[in-house]
Amino acid sequence: MRSEVLHQSAWALHGARTALIIRREVRDSLRDWRILGPIFVLTAIFPWLMSFASQVAAKFAVDYGVADNAATILQQLVPFSLLIVGFFPISFSLVIALETFVGERERNTLEPLLATPITDQELYFGKLVAAISIPLAASYLGLFLHLGSLVLTTTYRIPVEALIQVLILTTLEAMVMVAGAVVVSSHTTSVRAANLLASFIIIPVALLIQAEAVLLFWERYPSLWMLILLLVVVTVILVRTGTRIFNREEILAREFDTLNLRGAWQNIIKMWSTSPSSVPGSYPKTSPSLPSLAALYREHIPAIIAKNRIALALSILVMLSGIFLGWWIAQAYPLPQGKIVLNGFLTSRFTSEWPELTILPSAASWWIFFHNGRALLVMAGLALFSFGAAPLLLVLPTMGIIGFFAGQAANLGYNPLMVLATFVLPHGLFELPAAWLAIGFALQIGLALMSPAKGQTVGQGVLLASVNFAKVFLVVVLPLLLIASVVETGITPQIVANFLKISGQ
Amino acid sequence: MAYMIETEGLTKRFGEITAVDGLSLKVAEGEILALLGPNGAGKTTTVRLLSSILRPDAGWAKIAGHDVVEEGQVIRRKVGLLTEFPGLYLRMPALDYLTFFGESYGLAREEVKSRALRLLKDFGMEAESKKPLSTFSKGMRQKVALLRALIHDPPILFLDEPTSAMDPHSAKMVRDTIRELGHDRRTILLCTHNLTEAEYLADRLAIINHGRIVAQGRVGELKGQLLGPPLLELRLARPLDGLLSVVHELVEVESGDATWIRYRTPDPQSTNPILLRRLAQEGAEVVTLSEVSSSLEEVYLRIIGQKR
Ligand SMILES: Nc1ncnc2c1ncn2[C@@H]1O[C@H](COP(=O)(O)OP(=O)(O)OP(=O)(O)O)[C@@H](O)[C@H]1O
Ligand SMILES: [Mg+2]
Repeated sequence: MRSEVLHQSAWALHGARTALIIRREVRDSLRDWRILGPIFVLTAIFPWLMSFASQVAAKFAVDYGVADNAATILQQLVPFSLLIVGFFPISFSLVIALETFVGERERNTLEPLLATPITDQELYFGKLVAAISIPLAASYLGLFLHLGSLVLTTTYRIPVEALIQVLILTTLEAMVMVAGAVVVSSHTTSVRAANLLASFIIIPVALLIQAEAVLLFWERYPSLWMLILLLVVVTVILVRTGTRIFNREEILAREFDTLNLRGAWQNIIKMWSTSPSSVPGSYPKTSPSLPSLAALYREHIPAIIAKNRIALALSILVMLSGIFLGWWIAQAYPLPQGKIVLNGFLTSRFTSEWPELTILPSAASWWIFFHNGRALLVMAGLALFSFGAAPLLLVLPTMGIIGFFAGQAANLGYNPLMVLATFVLPHGLFELPAAWLAIGFALQIGLALMSPAKGQTVGQGVLLASVNFAKVFLVVVLPLLLIASVVETGITPQIVANFLKISGQ
Repeated sequence: MAYMIETEGLTKRFGEITAVDGLSLKVAEGEILALLGPNGAGKTTTVRLLSSILRPDAGWAKIAGHDVVEEGQVIRRKVGLLTEFPGLYLRMPALDYLTFFGESYGLAREEVKSRALRLLKDFGMEAESKKPLSTFSKGMRQKVALLRALIHDPPILFLDEPTSAMDPHSAKMVRDTIRELGHDRRTILLCTHNLTEAEYLADRLAIINHGRIVAQGRVGELKGQLLGPPLLELRLARPLDGLLSVVHELVEVESGDATWIRYRTPDPQSTNPILLRRLAQEGAEVVTLSEVSSSLEEVYLRIIGQKR
């Protein structure tokens, strides 16, 4: 009983101190006209403009006979405009967040707080809530004004589900932006540098809003609920990472280099030269010598593969699910007999290259090599912006095609394994492991952004993951791709030709 | 005897820099210890380790018997920290600012407010209590930062360069305050470059360089250790021929002529009376006999110079 009482009072204390931080920060923002002014303009003026614009657009559509009446046009236009009206004020939460998380450190006002009994988590959540509360209040007010003026001047009434979704989405967007800003800006020590990095947040959120707009326009409410669920997951991950990064030790002990390009380059050289099997963080003091190719193959690559095993396991899991998904779709939606003639389609592709069969890299194999290498590189870049989701999302349909292809072949009465062994396996033997490694290491880049290793800043983590990607890419993935492309243009067609002959074309 | 501050082998590294390197310190309750050292010596880092803001890489530290790694929360309640930079929220009025910090210690708002007002009044800033801190001068800001460290009436104070931005008058006021705080059995760790301040305030000094304590002890002890026995000066009313030869038998003379001498003796307590008696026998009329005070600066420069 007694411990329960103590427990309760501990929670009350957490709450009181978090509230203390929130109150102070909100008041401080309210004292700052640089923040209040633009929010006020966006909240008080923009919604009127928007509802006016919606009505003009609706009238325009009716006048030109695109729609029967204004209400149906508004029906689709308004949720979208609500999204915009709601988003503009919350974009300020990003500014406030950088100001309170990074600016405080820059102005040395954080250390006195760190000397009080306020815990790291109370500070983090207090600041998080404070950063979103004013913009969110402004955003709700704007939505209210916008809807209010529509209700007063038109017959339009918003579906309740859409309204709830817009409110939740707006709130989640604010949370994702703030929590993301904390993570991304955690290794900078100046607001200026943090603002540069904030584009990492703005770009995905802008894309997200477009996706939401499309779904709202077509009234895909179930999909929107899925999106909301996804955002909740992302928020939880980002907040979890944020609470890990935002602690006294990390804040004050962090190395003070603000986008130091020379330092970064030296770091890259060090990371390149150090095998991860040695103790993390213990980079050689003297300028290290670059490792030999043999050392890369024998020491570095096995060590980083062992270290990234979780990401690699996850990638292979996704690749396999892609194949099964494709197979399942093929079974569920079999192509009608004769609609696609497997043999004709394939022979036409391969026989065209027949006369110049050669083992040496041909123009075609160079092209395949270049294309594949570029695709995997782009994917690694996207991994950074999508917290690792892009490589997985991109590989899923690619593998799906293989599964689908095998499934349809089975529908047509071929042995699917035989088909795979013939069409995919020869070059796939090299291409698939290459893709697997590239995806696994690209995923690691995104994961590093979300949860840096202990004692590492996010910047260092991402840098290290990128260097590891580069190592694997240069000495393993590219050679594999090269072999694969030679095989694909030189050997696969021969096997395919044989297969087609055997199967009695 | 229980120490309020006790460390053993305390070490903190930032990448390749070892900011604090095997530091061992003991400070008794009610004692004022000055941590003296050049820029980058590791004073601020030490204070951050002791207030449980940074984690040591090796060694341990206890504050009032609590471990800095395990019991940071308890320690922060007992410690008042004046940070190296005032770091005030400039948009907040002074009174609100102090109240906010007081509340963070779980104190009731009204109680904190009246305490903050009293402190502001004691420091001559009552009239400015409602003004935003952005209107305060550099010295006033430093004073507010000091009040912030005092708001929860902590038994232990860490003061990182408390008078660095102040005019002589304010600096004296702050020094007097620190002295008074020391009288209420508060334990104070004072980081400073200001030797006069250290000598005036501290019971004991610890000189730190490159993260290591290179000398520690009472001011007198340190001077004795580093500058040898105290230097004394004796002046006569009238010249006395053979003064030097008389004195030479008893003490080690550094300089002088027929009317004055400077000498050193490891044991003035017994040597000086004998010397005076001998001189009286010789008919010398002594006007003054006094110690030539060697400055702490000499001591400090010698230590830092040696170890550089
Ligand atoms: N967060 C940090 N990251 C990297 N190095 C740091 C960090 N904090 C301190 N240092 C380094 O540790 C050493 C000790 O610094 P510290 O601030 O403790 O010295 P100090 O004695 O307080 O100096 P000053 O008299 O100039 O205030 C310095 O070399 C400093 O550069
Ligand atoms: Mg300092």
